[in-house]
Amino acid sequence: MIKKEVEIKNRTGLHTRPAAMLVKLASKFKSDFFIEKNGVEINGKSIIGVMSLAAEQGSKLVLRFEGEDEEEAAKAIVALFESGFGELDGLKNEENKDGQGQSH
Amino acid sequence: MVKGKVIEGIPASPGIAIGIALKYEKLKPKVVKKELKEEEVSGEIERFLMAIERSKSELRKILTLAVEKLGSKGAEIFEAQILMLDDKTIINKIIERIKEEKLNAEFIIQDEIEKYIKFMQDSGDDYLKERAHDLEDLKNRVIRNIQQQKWLSRFDTSRIVVAENLTPADTILFSRNQVLGYATDLGGMTSHTAILARALKIPAVVGLKEATKSIKTGDLVILDGYKGILIINPEQDVVEEYQNKIKRIAEFERKLEDFKFVPAVTIDGRKITILANIEFPEEVNEALESGAEGVGLFRTEYIISNGTIPEEDEQFEEYLKVAEKVYPYKVVIRTFDVGGDKIFRDYHREENPFLGWRGIRIGLDKPEILLSQLRAILRASVKKNVWVMFPMVSSIDEVREAKKYIDMAKAQLKEKNIPFDENIKVGVMIETPSSALMAKEIAREVDFFSIGTNDLVQYTLAVDRGNETVAKIFQEFHPAVLRLIQFVVESAQRAKIPVSVCGEMAADPFATVLLVGFGLDELSVAPKMIPEIKRIIKTIKFKDAKRISKRALVFKTQDEVKNFLMKELKGIIPEIEI
Repeated sequence: MIKKEVEIKNRTGLHTRPAAMLVKLASKFKSDFFIEKNGVEINGKSIIGVMSLAAEQGSKLVLRFEGEDEEEAAKAIVALFESGFGELDGLKNEENKDGQGQSH
Repeated sequence: MVKGKVIEGIPASPGIAIGIALKYEKLKPKVVKKELKEEEVSGEIERFLMAIERSKSELRKILTLAVEKLGSKGAEIFEAQILMLDDKTIINKIIERIKEEKLNAEFIIQDEIEKYIKFMQDSGDDYLKERAHDLEDLKNRVIRNIQQQKWLSRFDTSRIVVAENLTPADTILFSRNQVLGYATDLGGMTSHTAILARALKIPAVVGLKEATKSIKTGDLVILDGYKGILIINPEQDVVEEYQNKIKRIAEFERKLEDFKFVPAVTIDGRKITILANIEFPEEVNEALESGAEGVGLFRTEYIISNGTIPEEDEQFEEYLKVAEKVYPYKVVIRTFDVGGDKIFRDYHREENPFLGWRGIRIGLDKPEILLSQLRAILRASVKKNVWVMFPMVSSIDEVREAKKYIDMAKAQLKEKNIPFDENIKVGVMIETPSSALMAKEIAREVDFFSIGTNDLVQYTLAVDRGNETVAKIFQEFHPAVLRLIQFVVESAQRAKIPVSVCGEMAADPFATVLLVGFGLDELSVAPKMIPEIKRIIKTIKFKDAKRISKRALVFKTQDEVKNFLMKELKGIIPEIEI
């Protein structure tokens, strides 16, 4: 079993599109995949489950992988979280800068 | 039953319908717990799986319809529902439970899905709360399919649908049937039903407040989408009057066909360019087929979805699509005109969003958003047929600052050797009283003006037209509004820059004459209004229009203005009274 901690980086959180991406990727692996947030654990291969986690930007999640290809699964899925589900771009960075008082 | 009771609402989509009412209520399917015998289990699972498949195919149909009518962004909600139906984990869980607990599928579905709905509802997150509605709808859809119940949205004969409110899905679904019209208790001009009904060309009256209380399924009703009224169980002579009206309108529309592709020139030779307002790239074809000589307003807000703004490349592709289709005509692309709550939905809330952080104000505060959009627009301008326009300008500082960002975006593209139109025309929307009053000065800073009458009226009269309670005092012919428009046109003419009107007012036959008389060069209207506007312009003399609009400025109330126009135009536009 592998456990990994990740943080949601994309602004809109695990809404429909990222949830679909995550479930699609997870379903490619044979291993079981679970996501835990604040003590609630859901099946990471269920889009309804993932969406109902209400994981917004900044949420910390514990990912749990169990099965024959758990290492590959963990690597791929953590990378997807790291990439911010393809939503990280100039806009997001600018917002952070604004937060630090560089607002225009 | 009161014979011929009239209920007043808001005219949301033009047209007249006479027909039998169908009251639409969203009933929740009844779910009773039922124990199964061992031999019934496999049949129950089969019923469940078939219901999933049936629901999926229904949703795919809705999705196709929605993409057609709304574009792919507007159809996302249905895509999400289809994805949820593919949730193997939950489907397997439900199958397992049916096997183990030996209970009927409806009950298990209800029990299992309700947990997630509750999760979402309790999350405190607006987005998820909306998704909880979607999941609830989806659950009800599957359960109804298990129960093999007839869908309320299916009816064989033509009907006028009367409902408290309609979701986008309802509105789209009904349009598969012979729906004659929509009447709803709630909603304003900009509600989903209103926008969709116009796109679907189905007459609609919204904001009727008590329609569902006063109407029973089977009542005969007349829905007048021009006046915004509903007549319940009308007398025979009223029905006949309306039947004649429908005939006259049909004849009139046939005649309009001839005006589609002719230039709009007054009898005495003044040419007015007629452009189209569009919301989605998909609408360009309709615009061109209706005789538009370009796009006078391309609203870009549709791109923003669930608070996410696509990156520059994706935006560029969307804008380029429109620019290429419109070529050799021009397209005026307006930068995002939304409230902050639409982009920063996770945390941004305002008491009074229409007077708040919206339009160019957001762009100037969040330059990365503005710059990436400007770069995308510039890149789409390679064929030199793209103009760019800033919304919600209220002071000259904003104009100057926005222009700096254009220069900056240009420099950034140059650095990367990306081609664009160096001389792209830069203009502003005149839609606040302050920008109208400062038009003379602003005209020296920009290449063109476009008067957005919807907002100009709203801000000048302090009337929210989406608010049913006050929508009636939203007066486009208010003397204050006319004087502002006249002043803006005069200021543009002095600075020798083109000026257009892109609000809904431009599509009002009375207003057409006024606006031409004021000296506007271009009118930008909804595609389907184009033939009518061209016909009117070809019927009048510029000389007369000038005289009429000059006289119209002296009146003190909207009623006086309208009465005057009615009298003057009766001779000029004989068919005006439909």
